[in-house]
Amino acid sequence: MKAHHRHGIQLEIGLLIFAAALPLVLQALGEDYYISFTTRLLIFALAATSLNFVVGYGGMIAFGHAAFFGIGAYVVALLMAADVTSAWIAWPLALCGAALAALFIGAISLRTRGVYFIMITLAFAQMIFYTIISLKSAGGDDGLPLEQRSSLTPFNLANDATLYWVTLAVLAACLIALKRLAASRYGRALAGLRQNEARMEALGYPVHRLKLVCFVIGAAVAGLAGALLANQNGLASPSQLYWTQSGMLLVMVILGGVGQRYGGIVGAIALLGLEEALSQVTEHGHLYVGIALLLVVLYAPRGLAGLRVHQR
Amino acid sequence: MTQLVLEQILNGLQFGLMLFLLAAGLTLVFGIMDMINLSHGSLYMGGAYLGAAAAQASGSFLVGVVAAMLGMAAVGFILEILLLRRLYARDHLAQVLATFALILIANEIVHMIWGPQPLMLNPPELLAGPVDIFGFSYPAYRLFIITVGLGIAALLYLLVSHTRVGMWVRAGASNCEMAQALGVDVRRLFTGIFMLGAALCAVAGVLLGPLLAVQVGMGESILILAFVVIVIGGIGSIRGALVGSLLVGMVDTLGRALLPTLLRAVASPEVAAHLGPALASIMIYLLMAGILFWLPQGLFPSRA
Repeated sequence: MKAHHRHGIQLEIGLLIFAAALPLVLQALGEDYYISFTTRLLIFALAATSLNFVVGYGGMIAFGHAAFFGIGAYVVALLMAADVTSAWIAWPLALCGAALAALFIGAISLRTRGVYFIMITLAFAQMIFYTIISLKSAGGDDGLPLEQRSSLTPFNLANDATLYWVTLAVLAACLIALKRLAASRYGRALAGLRQNEARMEALGYPVHRLKLVCFVIGAAVAGLAGALLANQNGLASPSQLYWTQSGMLLVMVILGGVGQRYGGIVGAIALLGLEEALSQVTEHGHLYVGIALLLVVLYAPRGLAGLRVHQR
Repeated sequence: MTQLVLEQILNGLQFGLMLFLLAAGLTLVFGIMDMINLSHGSLYMGGAYLGAAAAQASGSFLVGVVAAMLGMAAVGFILEILLLRRLYARDHLAQVLATFALILIANEIVHMIWGPQPLMLNPPELLAGPVDIFGFSYPAYRLFIITVGLGIAALLYLLVSHTRVGMWVRAGASNCEMAQALGVDVRRLFTGIFMLGAALCAVAGVLLGPLLAVQVGMGESILILAFVVIVIGGIGSIRGALVGSLLVGMVDTLGRALLPTLLRAVASPEVAAHLGPALASIMIYLLMAGILFWLPQGLFPSRA
């Protein structure tokens, strides 16, 4: 068991070193485009991981995660428009903005359960979408472009590779934090809730509050991912808030494996990687993405990250 | 002003009835099989394209409607038999993944067949002009849609509440296992419901075609409205779907038309210009959140 555990950590460190060295390799090969692409992968991996925390650990099927992802992006873009360029100010505010919205939305939505929870989170996300596209100061339908990337002194984010490493560092830090959280007393309580909510309530756990905290943490991380995406794209875009984006994130989580630690990452890389690969050979990539997703639903019910466990 | 309000009420009724055509099938699928079908909007899109293509080819709007209905019922049949049937027993997440995949596939297929440009669909010539009602002129085509919508709603009501099949449907919605134990062939019933739902989607798609654009992605925006409708009405209830549709159609249409004007009366023009459209477009979501807050099962809970 212990040897197994050590093996897992070695693998994780190996993957991290590989990921950190990737931009250097890509630069050497002259494939600079793929530095931006892999940055995008990491950002979506972070957003999907945050949703996986809510869905897989908290047991809440939230269908409005794009709202928090988008709020993060818009907070950065709006602050930029108001001449606040420092990432040290804007990114924490993006995180807090998403967390605050989630506190409000979650407090109301958690009164419902099952499909009604799915639908009410969707409704709130759509409200935020329509509110933002009708605000002229937020750019309306066109979105809000960023004049430049946030300044994260001493790092220079204008350099694509630096943005990649910063994103990788944020992702790694969030993964470690979520891992610790899952192993903590709080994480155990969440696991108990997934098993039997009524029993946990009877044991005196503040069920509503535990779930709300989980919902807010997930949203805060999504807000941070949104701030990164705004920087990577140079734009806070309304499509980032639309329900299909929530659907995409949920698809990544289910594809990767609900409740698997690396489910969000596996799902994001598999989905965006497949899209990118298909776009090289066909205009109709989404057709094959759709077929691949159907095959996963029918033949890998626990997601891709679950396949390995399945075979053992 | 009264004329404007009256006209908007008719528009709201028309939009609400079209939403009902979408919501009726969705609420039964959702209510009876506990199945989240995100691809319902794709059936609507498919119906609109099929109808527009058939109407263009034949020169007859009626042929378009019939072709769309038959075509989408067939698509519904194949989908249900091959795929959806395997998903009923799975959790909601698997259903979301599979039906989201269907949206991607449907959009791409439509794109491959008809290209990226929206299709044009003209209303039948007979209905192209305006008619006089209550002393003002109103587009004849919209009036036609209202009539058709009311007719279909009445037929569905008769079907669900006064026939044996309808009794099975209601039994299935309130307790599926019990209905099965009492000898209702739920599998076949469900294939039938799904085909009916698909055909109703197709009707809505073709009828709305001349008013809204027939284009890729048209299903995604209306799908969410249909979900709002059935959640407000109570999942699995046809009556709830009708009430919910009319409520959503009215609130949305009247909100968009009147809210900016009303706000101008109480707030400065600048505030009204900003707030009006934003508030109008989120009205129905506020309505839904409010109803779920006070009535977590919707207006007409169907489950026993």
